[in-house]
Amino acid sequence: MISQHLPILQIVVPLLAAPLCVLLRQRHAVWAFALGVCWASFGVALALLLRVMNDGPLVYELGGWAAPWGIVYRLDPLGGIVLLIVSGVAALVLVFAPRVLDQEIPADKHYLFFAAFLLCMTGLLGITITGDIFNVFVFLEISSLSAYVLISMGADRRALLAAYRYLVMGTIGSTFILIGIGLAYMMTGTLNMADLAARLGDVHETRTIRAAFAFLTVGVSIKLALFPLHVWLPNAYTYAPSMVTAFLAATATKVSCYLLLRLVFTVFGVPLVFDEMRLAAVFMPLALMAIFVASTVAIFQTNVKRLLAYSSVAQIGYLVLAFGFASQAGVTACVIHLFNHALMKGALFLALGCVAFRIGSVDLEDLRGLGRRMPWIAALIVIGGLNLIGVPLTAGFISKWYLVMAALEQREYWPVAVAMLFSSLLAVAYVWRIVEVLYMQPPRPSDLQSDQREAPVPLSMVAPTTVMTLGTVVLGVYPTFTVQVAQRAAEFLLGVAA
Amino acid sequence: MLSPGLYNYWIVVVLMMAGFYTLISRGNLVKKLIGLNIFQVSVFMLYISMGKVQGGVAPILIGEMPAHGHAATHAAHDIDSSHDLHHDVHAKESPPRHPNESEGVLSDVLPQIDASPSLSPAAVQLAELQKTGDATIVYSNPLPHVLILTAIVVGVATTALGLALVVRINEQYGTIEEDEIHVMDPEQP
Repeated sequence: MISQHLPILQIVVPLLAAPLCVLLRQRHAVWAFALGVCWASFGVALALLLRVMNDGPLVYELGGWAAPWGIVYRLDPLGGIVLLIVSGVAALVLVFAPRVLDQEIPADKHYLFFAAFLLCMTGLLGITITGDIFNVFVFLEISSLSAYVLISMGADRRALLAAYRYLVMGTIGSTFILIGIGLAYMMTGTLNMADLAARLGDVHETRTIRAAFAFLTVGVSIKLALFPLHVWLPNAYTYAPSMVTAFLAATATKVSCYLLLRLVFTVFGVPLVFDEMRLAAVFMPLALMAIFVASTVAIFQTNVKRLLAYSSVAQIGYLVLAFGFASQAGVTACVIHLFNHALMKGALFLALGCVAFRIGSVDLEDLRGLGRRMPWIAALIVIGGLNLIGVPLTAGFISKWYLVMAALEQREYWPVAVAMLFSSLLAVAYVWRIVEVLYMQPPRPSDLQSDQREAPVPLSMVAPTTVMTLGTVVLGVYPTFTVQVAQRAAEFLLGVAA
Repeated sequence: MLSPGLYNYWIVVVLMMAGFYTLISRGNLVKKLIGLNIFQVSVFMLYISMGKVQGGVAPILIGEMPAHGHAATHAAHDIDSSHDLHHDVHAKESPPRHPNESEGVLSDVLPQIDASPSLSPAAVQLAELQKTGDATIVYSNPLPHVLILTAIVVGVATTALGLALVVRINEQYGTIEEDEIHVMDPEQP
């Protein structure tokens, strides 16, 4: 009985839990409650993923109203894996949370923090699962507004400016999405995505639909932080509280990427997007510029959080590149990288959270000799770095492998494959800067003295970081799970599944 | 190009660009938010315009329940161009009962519904159309209006949050001018 209603439980449970957090107030109780909700969500997401993998796409009618009139939730393997990423990262990050929050956020604001966190998770899950395009806008705003709040809670006053700038750009993005939805509705008279896809066939040559698609693409690109529209991202990631950075870096841009895939492949369709609108001609150069410019900028950063934020912009470039191939191999590579990058960036930002907890800074200067002071965390950071480069036996390698294979599949894209391999060298450069500081430079004597007085990083923080980092290694050695899910997801997206 | 039917959409474009330009060109954080608001409001107008059907009435079912005509009249009252038609109805059918119906509260009207069935404008339109042999009623599309109510709520939330952030920024920096803030915290590349 209850298993039929899992899709709605995925959304309603965290949504209702958020106001309950505000009522509970007592910070330890709120944390325990939020933790329980997140793990329950993770369980639901896992059950849903298994079901869509076995039985194919799943449609849930809200309140029993049939599709074009009522709102439906629709889930395919791609949605399933994104739900798993969002709820899984949220669950791990909340395990990590309590000690680091004590340090970064005033104790009397914790309950509000957890409420905003749950709302943000609800929004991201909602975008993923819904089959109604206006619902996407609503959930997008739920997740964005709560993300602005979460970022503004950073200890540095620049967090406020970062949140303000994100708010302005994010609102422009979502307003563009709203315009796009309106124009598409004008021509088709429907908001249901499947229905929209069916009716667009008759009107896809009108200027209104092209404008709708353009607005939607630009709006989603802002949320995705695609290269020239990424300016909100570095500051937001740098100044947000550690666990917020880890959560958003692992989930928010991934969900936007999912939304792009969903809109292009299941709503507007490949003929309109890639043959008429020639989206690849716009996105491929932007993606390559994202990879090269952002990687180069990353090399010159002095704050490690900021360095990794720019690395994120570059990794989004890889995602968009894979999407631009518009082939089954390309979409498979995109989904694999989506999953792997969520894990590796989540792990790296959590490791940085541990570092910030212990030494109160993430500037390269202050990380000198950290390999000796915090050997385990430093090792985890190195593994994360190897992932970013794409060294064999890490999940990053699997991503790069499928990306290059997808590029080589289409003859004319071989320079893209070469560029991709070359860009890995830039990743080597920025990862090497961190490794060099961690291991090659001696720790300052004053730091070693203070180490003896201070308590070590608690297990509640080390454990989630370790789980995520080792996850990337396991998925690098046994990639069957990700690859299988990604292949199924690509099949459903491109409509070739039996 | 400049046909009167597109008048609303031209206003939308002008408002949108005015808001967007304000957002980009002003250095004052509150003025930026005002620009953002105008930008959003233009989209509200876009949605409201697209739902309006010329000569359309509020979409209320009248076929089965003529007895509830009054309530329907009430709801349709302020919405669109059925206004004139509506007053005609009252002039012809029920002027003595409540000439100021539009200002009356619902409780004043409700008891009279059963006692005095009168026709809504849509019903009148239906009757007229049936005389001419065409039995369709033109409704305005309510869905975009409902959608935009949601978007307006979102817009209010965004503005509130933006202003709250500006208040906090003012507390921390003592100014809300962008260039003065950049002097205090130089922008990193």
